[in-house]
Order: sequence, then structure tokens, then C-alpha cells
Amino acid sequence: MKLQVNTLLALYSVLDFAADPQRHIPASEIADRYGVSAHHLAKVLAELARAGVVESVRGVGGGYRFSANARRLTLMDVIQLFEDISSPRREAEDTAADRAIDTVLAEVDQMARATFSSITVATMLRLVEREAGSR
Amino acid sequence: MRRQDLEQVVALDARVTGLEKRAYWERVYRRYGHAQRGEQRLFLVAVAGSEVVGFVIGEVRDWEFGSPPCGWVFAIDVDPRVRQAGIGTRLLTALCDAMRSAGVRQLRTLLSADNTLILSFFRSQGMMAAPMIPLGMEMPPATGRSRS
Repeated sequence: MKLQVNTLLALYSVLDFAADPQRHIPASEIADRYGVSAHHLAKVLAELARAGVVESVRGVGGGYRFSANARRLTLMDVIQLFEDISSPRREAEDTAADRAIDTVLAEVDQMARATFSSITVATMLRLVEREAGSR
Repeated sequence: MRRQDLEQVVALDARVTGLEKRAYWERVYRRYGHAQRGEQRLFLVAVAGSEVVGFVIGEVRDWEFGSPPCGWVFAIDVDPRVRQAGIGTRLLTALCDAMRSAGVRQLRTLLSADNTLILSFFRSQGMMAAPMIPLGMEMPPATGRSRS
């Protein structure tokens, strides 16, 4: 499983915002942390804002802050804003082998969706904390 | 779990699933509700006042699915009217405590991939995908004469 760069940036950003929901974090701070341009990250944050995951705060000390419910928002909710993780439809002849391969790919897709849909941002933050404590 | 709690468990399950399964719950109670000491079967209920607001059922299974002694939780539910109050967490903690005191160090469960409500609950408790893959298949009706 490989997620696209923007999807990963969105997940990193959401975890940063949700870890400190009261804080307004400037986009530039997150862009620096992950080594991307502020312009690139702005597109990702705009998409998250459109979906109501974050909200922009204008003025001095402005930036973005988390505006969703961390116990309800799942990784899948964020991922599907940026990409469709289902296997692409294959332009192949409809042979028995094609259908068999599609059956296997559908099984893999189903497990990926079930995993992403069952992990909330709150659960993910606990996982991050656990990983930090194990180092 | 007491015999007199069973009616409320049946009603709670019916409220959540939309199906009343009295005969099923009678069988579950006979197997888990009054297990002999040492059988390591657990049927715990959460009670608020005189009302059952949640339950959890599990047992220790030895060497099934090629696994050393392991705790399995196969049912947990909380009355939808009192969810988000930590009752599920307390039920699962009590189950884990009982299993831990029986020497078990692994807890597992199995549920439908589209049951995101309960999947999310178990995830929130720290459960991750187990190194096991559930398998299933359709079994079409047998055709022709069966061999005896």
C-alpha cells in the first residue's frame, strides 16, 4: 500500500492539528517540518478546510486549527479527500484469469478500506504516542 | 452475569441488531453464564441501577486456530443511549483483567469488515490486525446423489 504525497501530507497535518486542537498552526510551520513548499501545502490545507477538518484563522497568530471530532474522523475520511485507493479498473480482456485477479484485488481493497475506516484520528494519536514512547 | 439479567441482554441485543434471538441467547447463557470454575468462560454485564446497559462475552481457547492459549472476545455491546460514557472500555478492561489473571497474554476477536462501529472501538482500545487471515467460501447446494 502506497499513499500519494498529498494524502500523506494531509494525514501528517491532521495529526499535528489534532494533537493540539486549540493551537493555530501557521501553514509555513508544517511545510517546514515536512520539507514541502508552503504553496504545495496550502492546496492540501484548503482541501481539508473545505471538508471541515480544519479551519483557517486569520490575523496575527493565525493559521489553521483542527475543527473536526477526533473520535469520529477516520483515516479513510481524510484519504478519500485526496485519492481513491481502490485498484484501478484494468483495461483487459474479460477472461477467467482477469476475473480471478480482480477477485483477489477486490479482497485486498476491502481489507485496506476496513483498516483505514476503523482507525480514528484519536486512536492514531494514541498510536503515535505509543511509538514515541517505544524509542 | 445472573440468570435474571438475561432478559435485559436479549432486549439490548434486539435493540441494537433489530432481531430478537432468544433461543440463541439461552444457549449462550448456558455455555458462558454459569461456567464451571476453571473453564475460563466469561459473560460480564454492566449495570446502571437495576438496568443492564452493556455486556461482553469471551473465553480462553487453547491451541485453536494453531494458537497457544489466547483470550477471545466474541461479543460486546453497549446500550446506544449510554454510549461514549466509557462503559465499553470498562467491560473490556474487566474481561482483560480476568483473562490476565488466568495467565493469558493475547486477546483476539473477529468481526465483519464493514462493522466500523465495533472495529473502531477495538482499535481505540489498542487492538491491531492479528497475524491471522480469516477465510471463507460459499458452499453451493450439493448436486446429485450423495455418497453414504
